[in-house]
Amino acid sequence: MWAMIVKEFRELRRDRRTLAMMIVLPVLMLVIFGYAANFTVSKIPTVVVGPLAQVVSEHLHLPFDVVGVDPDETRSRAETQLRDNKAVVAVVTGEGPITFLMDGTQLFSVQTAETALGRMVQSARAAGETPPAFSIQILYNPKLNTSWVLVPGLAGLILVFIGTLITSLGVVRERQAGTLEQLAVMPFRPWDVIAGKIIPYLAVASFDLVVIIALGAGLFGVPFAGNVAVFALGAFLFLLVTLGLGVLISTVSQNQGQAIQLAFMIMLPQILLSGLIFPISSMHVGVRWIAYILPLSYFIEISRSVMLKATPITALWQPLGLLALLGVIVLGLAVVRFRRDLAPSSQTAIPLAEITDEAA
Amino acid sequence: MTWGLFSASVRFGGRAALDGLSLVAARSQVTVLIGGDGAGKSTALRALLGLVPLAGGDVSRPGKTEIGYVPAFGGIYPDLTVAENLAFSGRAFEIASHDLTDRSTQILERIGLDGVEHRLGGHLSGGMQRKLAVALALLHRPRLLVLDEPTTGIDPVSRAQLWRVISGEAASGTAVVVSTTYVNEAQRAHAVTLLDRGHAIVAGSPDEVIAAIPGAVGALRQSTQPSGPDPSWLRGRTWRIWAPDAHLPPEAQAIQPDFNDAVIVAELDHDVMRGR
Repeated sequence: MWAMIVKEFRELRRDRRTLAMMIVLPVLMLVIFGYAANFTVSKIPTVVVGPLAQVVSEHLHLPFDVVGVDPDETRSRAETQLRDNKAVVAVVTGEGPITFLMDGTQLFSVQTAETALGRMVQSARAAGETPPAFSIQILYNPKLNTSWVLVPGLAGLILVFIGTLITSLGVVRERQAGTLEQLAVMPFRPWDVIAGKIIPYLAVASFDLVVIIALGAGLFGVPFAGNVAVFALGAFLFLLVTLGLGVLISTVSQNQGQAIQLAFMIMLPQILLSGLIFPISSMHVGVRWIAYILPLSYFIEISRSVMLKATPITALWQPLGLLALLGVIVLGLAVVRFRRDLAPSSQTAIPLAEITDEAA
Repeated sequence: MTWGLFSASVRFGGRAALDGLSLVAARSQVTVLIGGDGAGKSTALRALLGLVPLAGGDVSRPGKTEIGYVPAFGGIYPDLTVAENLAFSGRAFEIASHDLTDRSTQILERIGLDGVEHRLGGHLSGGMQRKLAVALALLHRPRLLVLDEPTTGIDPVSRAQLWRVISGEAASGTAVVVSTTYVNEAQRAHAVTLLDRGHAIVAGSPDEVIAAIPGAVGALRQSTQPSGPDPSWLRGRTWRIWAPDAHLPPEAQAIQPDFNDAVIVAELDHDVMRGR
């Protein structure tokens, strides 16, 4: 038995990735997710409009974080602010009671806001004052359905799964079968091989996306309020990033086991830190920056905004642009590395072959 | 037009995997690379194909449409049927579809794979998979055929069948380069290069390799290994002994060495030169 134990430890020591997964990963995850796992929202971006905006804003305290006060604006402007992700709560003042408009796609923020308003009323009554009359209107997801918020995010998660894991497995399978070397010798341009390898997964992922959204609508009544083209653009850019990650993983993996390990390490943070479950705004500053480098964070912002709020492209240029940037970086890196597998010595070998052919 | 490696060197990290190797792939000839595991056979073939960059020396080869390659492992798509594997290769090399059907049938018959067109590549036996890999490499009628241990791990009948196909290709004008660990296979070649740790320790036709043996080789009919200083090895039931200085011990009978002996002597000689 002792021989087995010694052998097992020796093998484990050589398998650096598994070792990293066993020791470094749990520690890292505990720290990161400990700081990220937080449903409590401490600050809710709030705008106040209407003639009494100034007065009302002075009476709003945290969690309401007043980011804009505009006495000259009306309800429609306030709604635009919510639709375009500039604020989560908009307070409309004027004739009649104050209206609190809330963005129903931000479940935890809305719940926190409602609780805070309830508390304000209570403390006013306790002090013997008459609390001001107000009404609450929840937009985009009036019943605060969790599934409405989750389905657009899950769509993204499934694209990560196909793009990153399935693509990397597909490419690594080629390497393991010894066919990648053959492809390098066949009359393909590297780009033919890369595109030929990626396009089928792009097609499958696009098909899946349509199925998920149809199922979301059919089973949970998730609406699709916005522009399909904007959504498609976001999904396409996002897929380029995830497919690029898949190819990148495959270039540093010798077998499918290694590819799965790496894909898992890339997927887990996206599940927990992208705002799919925990709101990004509630995360500790120390880990929040991670959310901002994850492509899924941007896709979730786009898909929720377009599907539930019909946010126009003009208000989404930032996540779209960042996805495009990530796509260029990741896919570019993947193509460069993959090309190296397909044409490792093209610079030295082919020119000579041409010279020799010409000489003959 | 001469294809091949010319004083080619390949380095992996700090280690020299090929050290100034020259290897000519001549038309209508079978060139065999022979050597033990880790001798550098695969690296030499991959350098010839441009799959590894050279640290020094030159390489020349035809364009990609004229190269057929069977890698050391796999080289087929296990999740595609035999016919689908051939169809993929056919499309890659832009073979017209009516042509492809004829050629596929012909090749499968020649190589002994007829009747399994609809079986999955991964469901074929190891030997049949190697045959399929060779069939895929031949489909587009390459002018340079590079085969990395095509016969390793397959039964003697299939090996003979594969070698008939390989020799036939050379006879029709193709330049064939094959690596193998089987010495008797190398005997069929027009030219042989014996590799050890990235060096060519002997090169030439099988007859030239035999003629180049230094010293003398003798045979001993005894059951125990000779005790003298000269190196000895067992061939069948007799011991062979090699005397580098050509002075055989009195009990040994001088013989005309064959190619098998020649390869062993070349390796021993190389070891002596290296001071082992």
